Amino acid sequence: MNHTSYTVLTRDQIAERAAQDIPDGAYVNLGIGLPTKIAQYLPDDKDVFLHSENGLLAFGPPPAKGEEDPELINAGKEYVTMLDGGSFFHHGDSFAMMRGGHIDICVLGAFQVAANGDLANWSTGAPDAIPAVGGAMDLAVGAKKVFVMTNHTTKTGDPKIVSKLTYPVTGKNCVDRIYTDLCVIDVTDKGLAVTEMVDGLSFDDLQALTGATLIDATNSK
Amino acid sequence: MINKADKNITDVLSQIKDGATIMIGGFGTAGQPAELIDGLINLGVKDLVIINNNAGNGDHGLAKLLKTGAVRKIICSFPRQSDSWVFDELYHAGKIELELVPQGNLACRIQAAGMGLGAVYTPTGFGTLLAEGKETREIDGKDYVLEYPIKADFALIKASRGDRWGNLVYRKSARNFGPIMAMAADITIAQVSETVELGALDPEHVITPGIFVQHVVQIQPASPESASPESASAELSNTATTATA
Repeated sequence: MNHTSYTVLTRDQIAERAAQDIPDGAYVNLGIGLPTKIAQYLPDDKDVFLHSENGLLAFGPPPAKGEEDPELINAGKEYVTMLDGGSFFHHGDSFAMMRGGHIDICVLGAFQVAANGDLANWSTGAPDAIPAVGGAMDLAVGAKKVFVMTNHTTKTGDPKIVSKLTYPVTGKNCVDRIYTDLCVIDVTDKGLAVTEMVDGLSFDDLQALTGATLIDATNSK
Repeated sequence: MINKADKNITDVLSQIKDGATIMIGGFGTAGQPAELIDGLINLGVKDLVIINNNAGNGDHGLAKLLKTGAVRKIICSFPRQSDSWVFDELYHAGKIELELVPQGNLACRIQAAGMGLGAVYTPTGFGTLLAEGKETREIDGKDYVLEYPIKADFALIKASRGDRWGNLVYRKSARNFGPIMAMAADITIAQVSETVELGALDPEHVITPGIFVQHVVQIQPASPESASPESASAELSNTATTATA
């Protein structure tokens, strides 16, 4: 098999790509970690309303040094500011927004995504690990669309996109699209449809790095 | 004449006995009622069941309460943090029981208690480890898990301002669980930075109507809203002895 050379996307490039798919007026929850980078790539001419599970809607960028307010933090416990038009609410209302189908898009990280859209991102199942779940399960079931941002493989080269989860499930059949450092995949009824790949990467090479059957949909865009 | 505004933390907290179930407000340290927790530690009650989003950060506040061994069980959604060493050690030593609840289920089960509901069907957690052993039902083509209310004897919450009828307003992301815990617990004790005259809180803007609140305790932290726990403890002993009218 001929292995062509290709360049993987950086985390910033994955975030920038995902940001392009967030429409004007969308209510969006960006999960802790990698997905929060997307906020930096939302263009100024779009109104995108960022929701934070701890009770913020339309929060803005981090404050200037010296202006941090310990009572104005996001879900990742980082300091933020509020945009004009932002609002505060309690936890019941916050999770009503999430569980009640009011969030248009949530972007989450993943340990694994299965071919049917099952998501694993809260537990590795390690027996000694202290379990913690936060709002991940609520986001997975409640958002109208669930996007996942992840590297295509683990640090040791194992596929993260698999035919069946081996890690404990966060939400069943919930993922709609996966953005990796190699490609973009739509999770469809017919299977995992690859719509984009990085330059120089062949479909066969991508398939070899994936633990589930892929469909080549790159020409049908 | 009703006056829910209390000045003495020690007196207000003295009604809490061993074995009590206590909801504590806060998301991380934002909205955590540090002075009420310090008072609870000083009270020395034990065998407590605590409900909070996390299980303590660093060495102060809720973490310090856990460190004293006062807590038998914690019901929370995210115990593990970069600085949750106190919880981690207790957990690994088998000295504290953990009931892990997805954050949205924690919220709606607390709300259900305050709302007088017998149970709720939630889609969150269906098919996961956290729904094992629980009843499920398919309703209109969607799968749900049956979850029961989380009740409590006491709620310790942090608000921004309160009046003598117990009405409360909050501050920014410190609001979080406060209003729903206030609704759910039998007895709600709110610490505030300022108690205000009746009428100072516009009825349009009251977040927690006083019906849900039994005690409003004014705290004077060392610095506004961002008191370090050490200085808060120092202020606590001052507040208890130099009560103002």
